[in-house]
Amino acid sequence: MFPFLTVLIAVPAVGAALLWALPQGARGKAREIALGVTLLVAVLFVAMAAQFDKADAGAFQFEQTTSWIPQIGASWAVGVNGIGLLMIALAVILVPLAIMAGWREEKDENRRRHYLALILLSQAFMIGIFAARDVFLFYVLFEAMLVPLYFLIGGFGGAQRRYAAVKFLLYSLVGGLIMLVAVVALYFVGPGGDQGFLIDNLTGLEMSATTERLLFLGFFIAFAIKAPMVPLHTWLPTVAEEARPGTTALLVAVLDKIGTFGMLALCLVMFPNASQWAAPVIIVLAVISVIYGALLAIGQKNMMRLVAFTSVSHFGVMILGIFAFQQTSVEGAALYMFNHGLSTAALFFLVGFLIERTGSADLADYGGLQKVIPVFAGSFLIVGMSAAALPGLSPFVSEIMVFVGAYPVAKAAVIVSAISVVLAALYILLTYKKVFTGPTLPGSEKTREMTLREKLVVWPLIVAMLILGFVPGLAIDYVRQPAADTVAHVTIEEANA
Amino acid sequence: MNFVTPEIAWAPLLPIMIVLGAAAVGVLVESFVKSPHLRRVTQLWLSGAALIVAGVAIVAQWMALDGSAGTEVMATKITVDGQSLVWQLMLVIFGFLSVLLFASRTSAGEESFTALGSVPPGSVEEKLARRAGLKVTEVFPLALFAVGGMMLFTCITDLIFLFVALELFSLPLYILVALARRRRLLSQEAALKYFLLGAFSSAFYLFGAALIYGATTQTDMASIGIAVNVIGDKDGILLTGAVMVLVGLMFKIGAAPFHSWVPDVYQGSPTPVTAFMGAATKAAATAALVRVMYLAFAPLEWELSWMFWAVAIVSMAVGTVLALVQTDIKRMLAYSAVAHAGFILVAFAGLEQQAISALPFYLLTYGLATIGAFAIITQVRERSAEGGAGAEAVRLGQWAGLAKRSPALATAMALFLLSFAGIPLTAGFIGKFEVFSAAVAGGGWPLVLIAVIASAVAAFFYVRLIVLMFFTDIPEGAEDTVVVEQEPLSRTVIYVTAAATLILGIVPAGVLTVMEDAAVFLVSGS
Repeated sequence: MFPFLTVLIAVPAVGAALLWALPQGARGKAREIALGVTLLVAVLFVAMAAQFDKADAGAFQFEQTTSWIPQIGASWAVGVNGIGLLMIALAVILVPLAIMAGWREEKDENRRRHYLALILLSQAFMIGIFAARDVFLFYVLFEAMLVPLYFLIGGFGGAQRRYAAVKFLLYSLVGGLIMLVAVVALYFVGPGGDQGFLIDNLTGLEMSATTERLLFLGFFIAFAIKAPMVPLHTWLPTVAEEARPGTTALLVAVLDKIGTFGMLALCLVMFPNASQWAAPVIIVLAVISVIYGALLAIGQKNMMRLVAFTSVSHFGVMILGIFAFQQTSVEGAALYMFNHGLSTAALFFLVGFLIERTGSADLADYGGLQKVIPVFAGSFLIVGMSAAALPGLSPFVSEIMVFVGAYPVAKAAVIVSAISVVLAALYILLTYKKVFTGPTLPGSEKTREMTLREKLVVWPLIVAMLILGFVPGLAIDYVRQPAADTVAHVTIEEANA
Repeated sequence: MNFVTPEIAWAPLLPIMIVLGAAAVGVLVESFVKSPHLRRVTQLWLSGAALIVAGVAIVAQWMALDGSAGTEVMATKITVDGQSLVWQLMLVIFGFLSVLLFASRTSAGEESFTALGSVPPGSVEEKLARRAGLKVTEVFPLALFAVGGMMLFTCITDLIFLFVALELFSLPLYILVALARRRRLLSQEAALKYFLLGAFSSAFYLFGAALIYGATTQTDMASIGIAVNVIGDKDGILLTGAVMVLVGLMFKIGAAPFHSWVPDVYQGSPTPVTAFMGAATKAAATAALVRVMYLAFAPLEWELSWMFWAVAIVSMAVGTVLALVQTDIKRMLAYSAVAHAGFILVAFAGLEQQAISALPFYLLTYGLATIGAFAIITQVRERSAEGGAGAEAVRLGQWAGLAKRSPALATAMALFLLSFAGIPLTAGFIGKFEVFSAAVAGGGWPLVLIAVIASAVAAFFYVRLIVLMFFTDIPEGAEDTVVVEQEPLSRTVIYVTAAATLILGIVPAGVLTVMEDAAVFLVSGS
């Protein structure tokens, strides 16, 4: 068996090293090389996905387990089920698009090279995290990923980027370090030995309720910071405002999914009873995120912050779906993780293109662009409506699945959260109205229409959302079984308890 | 009482004798080789070769152990077992890297050490000595004496012998600290402080050892352990003695509240000496602390745990909080060293077997990063009036934009700082993980939680330096104020330690196996 996952992790990492090692003369070609590397990753991924057994999507496939640090109990263990595959797909699709989206952002070819190398390195980490089947490996990648991200945020972006980078790092580090205590302690609760950190060895453990709850919290807090859940979300708007649109797109669309992915793949599986125990509080916080994020999005003047807050709202929906423990809601949440990635990334890219044109992310600097750049406006409207979960676009399917699935067990939460659909229409349409309708602002009559490159970045995402909006089964097939397994796991534990 | 000549099996002491013998030869070189240049070269090769040969001898002994715990060199006093061999090898490596730093010179031909140690700073004699091209080359034998003393320190199983070895490695350090070429007053003040406080802590130690003798009539650790089991753990004299002995050792580790010498000495010493002390003294003292705790005071674990908890917490708090407000990079790393002393003590929670293998690994990772970081400090210098390299640029502000001046050094420094902070894929993370894991195994998870919070705070000041180096522009008009040196010896040390930090972070399994194999003590009579 070809070690697909290991190669998928290694290729971008090697690509990053290659970019850093480029000789003086070839440094101008960094963009082409980086794009080439990501395309190679995409080809490898397609080859792997073709061999993925969809009928058995709940099982972990392409598994590979090698001893890494046996003294600690850590193994290099990778493998994906349907959800992991979708998440990796997200990383594989969005990184080349982000590179293309930022094609002209940087004039200095040295800085460009560093930026691209860091992006590739982050891709390696992202794929690794979604593929990890060992808690130690997961933790190592989870924390190590902060380093390239920190440099991406702090090195490239707006005037306050250093502040944003430090804020991001400290938030993530606090979460990560609390998780570290839980990781260390988990080993002693588990069977120990050379492979004591394999997730498979850590599921279904006997432990006291207090231990399980403390361990659960250790992991959950880190994930809640990453996923940004209110009240741990405040780093995200700052980062979104200061970092480059490409960085932010990857951060929100892929990396923050590690939070929800971790809840689903680690918290629920390893600590089912504690998950049940904490679910009511988490659902309340999730609902608050949903509404609070949407309300704040309406009030934003800066478009990057605006999109960031919409994501806070959407992550709330995912967390609600996960902690409702219903087949349909978990399925919907997993699907939403993928669809939200497509939709938000497209939105961040588009806002980035606008900023590229005018140099401003401030809503006040825009008006009446519809007449000047109709194609751009149309694309923006479609992508915007996907964020507002318009039927026909894929996020709608997933959001409705979460709400319908969760309704029987969390009626009030679903009813309150459903308000966000209206609020979402409001923040998207208000933004659209301000930017694209009305009288054209003086000075913006010559705004450039959407270029071919920009179309190549955004339109594939729109097409994907349309296809998955009308034929959601294509993606649902991948999440149904894993969701069923997870739900069964949680509820069986409950029956035993 | 009849005086019995002790029987000594000399062979296992070979590595230590090589190092101390080379130090003695080095003293002769000082007297007989007149040309300063020739003397420097001779000393460098002599000490380098001695340390390499000693290292080879240690490895050979390690191979020859072949499952046995080790050899008793002198009954109940000196034991060369797997545990001490690992520490010895570590000290030899630290010594070797430091010797390379000792020998490095700036592009202006300036060394880290004063031209004539005995003259007052700023005096006419000093100027004359500098003009005459005098060199202080006795730093090499002094360093060898210190390394030899530390190596001996790690194989001793008797409280009184331990004291002798303690003084053996401390005295050369007191001298080395005073020999900085620049900022002579600071350096001499630091040496005096270190000496006085060191003497004070030695007195504590000795008093403690005497009290323990009073309580148990024993001075060797294993017998003390047995005696404690007999007389019970409520004996006031015994406990007081144990606490005082521990104070003496914790002083050397630099744990708070016994840390007051650390910032001044780290700042005032010639930077290569700081690197050496930061790595080696901590390692040697930890080695002794491990032995004392596990052999002699294990039955007192419960009674002494409050002390470890308190000192660990205070060290982490004091170290991280005070490091936040430092503006001098050497002082910042000094307070970070205090915090790391706290992390070291965390491992002693519960006295788990795991700590015996975790601590050498932690000290190895910490020492490598420390030597690397201080080596970088020797390379970043102010521009002197003549346009060449002047004093080290130790103000944090001077490090702004270092990544633009030298991407390689800034990257290496970032790596060391990340390792200090315990970020995964650096050696420091595995070290921290091992230490925390040992503590959790011993039931010390609240302590680990505090350590983790301290790590987060500590990350803040490590990261601040990274921000300065990478994301801050060189201030207007300051473009010409800092020069980055290209000294080959220092560069070698920096690259070697950086590579080791990365390798131990990614594939530590091999070294961890050695540490685990070495986690056995040879106990006399057993």
